[in-house]
Amino acid sequence: MSAPLSVDLAQIGKSVVIKGELSGSEDLYVDGQVEGSIALKGNSLTVGPHGQIKASVEAKGVIVQGKLEGNITASDRVELRRTAIVTGDVSTQRISIEEGAYLKGKVDIQGKAEKAAGK
Amino acid sequence: MASVTQNFMKLFRSSGGGQRETAQPAQKLTRRSSGLGELSRLWDSETPLCVLDLGSTSPSNIRFFTERAHKIYSEDLLVASTEPHLSTKDEQGNVVLDSRKFLAENLQYPAAHFDVVLCWNLPDYLDESLVRPVMGRLWSVLKPGGMLLAFFHTKDAGPDSPCYRFHILDKDALEMQRIVLKREARRGPTGAVHTAIADGFRLQRVFNNRHIETLFRDFASIKFFLARDNVREVLVVR
Repeated sequence: MSAPLSVDLAQIGKSVVIKGELSGSEDLYVDGQVEGSIALKGNSLTVGPHGQIKASVEAKGVIVQGKLEGNITASDRVELRRTAIVTGDVSTQRISIEEGAYLKGKVDIQGKAEKAAGK
Repeated sequence: MASVTQNFMKLFRSSGGGQRETAQPAQKLTRRSSGLGELSRLWDSETPLCVLDLGSTSPSNIRFFTERAHKIYSEDLLVASTEPHLSTKDEQGNVVLDSRKFLAENLQYPAAHFDVVLCWNLPDYLDESLVRPVMGRLWSVLKPGGMLLAFFHTKDAGPDSPCYRFHILDKDALEMQRIVLKREARRGPTGAVHTAIADGFRLQRVFNNRHIETLFRDFASIKFFLARDNVREVLVVR
C-alpha cells in the first residue's frame, strides 16, 4: 500500500515520532507515530498502515489504515480502511468503513446545518 | 448458576472434538429476527436514539443507524476480553479474567445513556467471570425504558456453534457472518480452550430460560422469541 500522491502532501515516515500539536494547511500522510493533536482544518489526514496516532484529529477528510486513538472530527468524510483500528469518537458528514476495520467509539453523522450551528 | 453452566462447558469440552486446524472462510447467512423486528418501531423515532452495538464493528449497522440520524456506539467486547493483561488468578489459583479491570477499560459511559443495546450473542461467548458484571453495567448505561436485545443458544445448538457477527439488513433481517479470528494472540488470556477455539470464539455455556431470567432479574420485563436455528432471542426492558 503506498502513500497517496498529491502536490501538497507532507509525509511523516515510519521512523518519525512526534509529540505535540501538529497543524498545517496541506494534506498530511502519517506512517509514523504522533502523540498530541492534529489540526488540518481544510485538508486531509491519511494514517498509513504503520501509523500510530494518539491524538485528537480535526481535518476535512481523514483516512485511516493504521492505529488511531483519539476523537476524529472531519468536516467532510472519514474512511476506515480494512486494517484500521480506531478508538475514539467519530464526528463527520460522511463515513465509509471497510470490512475488517475495528472501531471502538461513537459515530455521529452531522449534516452541514448541524456543523454550521456547532451542534 | 455457575455450577450448571460450568457443567455445560465441561460437556462441550469433552464432546467438542479436536480443535479446528484450518480457518474456514467467513460464510454469511441471513435470518429473520423477531426481536429486531420488535425493536424496529423505535428506528422511526424523530428523536435521535443512542444505540450501543456490542458486536464486531459492522459497517452495515453503522450505516443503518446513521442514515436514520441515530447515534451509534460500537464496542467489540469479545475482542476486548482477549486482552492478555486482563488475566489474573482467583482464590483457588485458577486463571480468570479481572472483571474490574475489564469494566474500567470498557463500557465507560454515563448512566442511563442508551436507548438500545444490541448485545447479540455476547453472553454465550463471553468468559464466565465477565458475564454478570457486564450485564450489570449494561443495566446501568441503559435508560429506564431502554431495550436490550440478546441471542442465546439452546442446548441443541452444540458446542461448536460458530460465533457470528450480525449485520442489520432491514427492520427484521440480519446477515450473520462467521467470526474468524486472524491471530493466535486473540485466543485470550485464559488459554485457547477456555476462551476461543483455533479460528473463532468458543461457545462458553448454554443458558436455560431460568438462567436468562436470573441474568436479567434487575430489568423490568423480559420477552422470549424462539427461532428455528437453535437460538432464543431475548428482548429486555430496563
